[in-house]
Amino acid sequence: MPQVVILTHGLSKTYRTGFWKTKPIQALDNLNLEVFENEIFGCLGPNGAGKSTTLKLLMSLIYPTAGRAEILGKSVFNLEARRHIGYLPESPYFYEHLTAEEFLAYYGSLFGYSKSELKSRVDHFLKLTDVFHARKLQLRKFSKGMLQRVGIAQAIINDPKVVFLDEPMSGLDPIGQREVRNLILQLKREGKTIFFSTHILNDVETLCDRIAILNRGKVIGSGTLKELFDQEVSHVEVVISGISAETLRELVGPDVSVSQSGGTSRLELPAQALLAGIVASIEHASGKIIAINPVRQTMEDYFLKLVGRPERRATPRSRN
Amino acid sequence: MKVLHIASNTFRECVRDKVLYNLVIFAVLIIVSSLILGAITIGDVKQIIINLGLSTISLFGTLIAIFIGIQLVHKEIDKKTVYSLLSKPVARQEFILGKYLGLSMTLAVNVAVMILGVYTAVLYLRHSFQASDVQILLAGVLILIELMLVIAIALLFSTFSTPALSALFAFCLYVIGHFNTDIRQYGVSSDSWVTKVMASAMYYFLPNFGNFDVISRTAHGQFISSDLYLFAAIYGLIYSLGLLLIAMWIFQKRDFK
Repeated sequence: MPQVVILTHGLSKTYRTGFWKTKPIQALDNLNLEVFENEIFGCLGPNGAGKSTTLKLLMSLIYPTAGRAEILGKSVFNLEARRHIGYLPESPYFYEHLTAEEFLAYYGSLFGYSKSELKSRVDHFLKLTDVFHARKLQLRKFSKGMLQRVGIAQAIINDPKVVFLDEPMSGLDPIGQREVRNLILQLKREGKTIFFSTHILNDVETLCDRIAILNRGKVIGSGTLKELFDQEVSHVEVVISGISAETLRELVGPDVSVSQSGGTSRLELPAQALLAGIVASIEHASGKIIAINPVRQTMEDYFLKLVGRPERRATPRSRN
Repeated sequence: MKVLHIASNTFRECVRDKVLYNLVIFAVLIIVSSLILGAITIGDVKQIIINLGLSTISLFGTLIAIFIGIQLVHKEIDKKTVYSLLSKPVARQEFILGKYLGLSMTLAVNVAVMILGVYTAVLYLRHSFQASDVQILLAGVLILIELMLVIAIALLFSTFSTPALSALFAFCLYVIGHFNTDIRQYGVSSDSWVTKVMASAMYYFLPNFGNFDVISRTAHGQFISSDLYLFAAIYGLIYSLGLLLIAMWIFQKRDFK
């Protein structure tokens, strides 16, 4: 049984807003999570779902209204536990007056390293995140991508066992995104546990071992990608030639959508059960079947099914 | 040690944000005043230059203490630097203390350089020092302790309020603190017991900046007892410590949304 590295139990957070702090907003509701050692765990959800709130609770930047959170078996409020964690906040700015080198040395000094160890750590992590060439430059002159890389460097300066990354790809160009992805995979190879929040679905598909999907402060799905959506075939696509679209529409009936491009027609069967009957009808009409593709549900389909549709259905409030 | 690292980073930030540039203005002011006063032979010019020098040190220091002090914590939260910093093994109390000491260090350097400037001006005008001139240094120390109290006030407000409101509160408290003795006397002479109680409460609870007011006596070369220096210094440090503890308590309780 792998070791549980991050644990939350009944974790909830309610903010009170308004002048008299009387209007409650439930940012997170009864979050129960277990993240195992050497896992890449993705916290997925639309904006305002509660991802950053979860990370802030784990970093003890905010206090829970109910429940508890532990990292490496210790309460998140335990200072000692923070020796073994790293954190990259969302859209970090850092200290603009410092150079990259000074910035990392400052954060490293908070772990009590000796001067020589600090120097070697700073150099190592600047090289690892590819900002060594700009080490003498003040952070105010850094691009967004470079700042994000320095941000990751500060998060791993203490060689942590667990790394928390809040939207690590946000604002990065495709090259920057790939670099950060590779860095996350490298951290996993080094045996670290990575917990990151994102709303970029591709990150989840390419990186995560397990995910939790949050929406409006609640977990609405969690598990491995395979457990969550890989099993379902959403529809079957059949590509045909030799029959006109009009004839096909008469053959397959109204439940199957038909489209035509070039010399081929494309059928979308909503259920696999229809396949045998339709194939027989096409062969009977002397049509040629070019391809039959069972189309599995994508991450995007699954995500939209869980969080997208209810919001799209929402109608504006009546003025009356 | 962590406190010192945070303090030295705050000091470096102040220096790179050109806070110490006020020294240039001070230098110009002292040099021009000395040259003008050097040309005048009537009256005690030394008294004028000491008064001018120490008052400027206090004014510039107060402006820096309030306007940088209110930004100390707010800027870190606004720019989200506090998020990554507090995810390190740093207690929130250490953060507050580090920020406080960082700005105190900046003002210590500022005051030290300015006091040196006053001594240079005195030497230029009088060509020699007197025994009572040591009081200029002691007045500088008291001004620094007064400024550390102003920083603590600004820092306290900045842990829960916006910079604009913090500046307003800190400035009001600074002004009221200079009239503390008058408020007490007003209460004593009043017939209303409500006024008496309120004036008395304000006298004892609000900071009494009158304790640090030795500029005029220093300029006139009047003898100031060591008890007065000692009392003012201990009062300022204890009051600052009390405010810092409250600031730490508030900062410890707050959420960083």
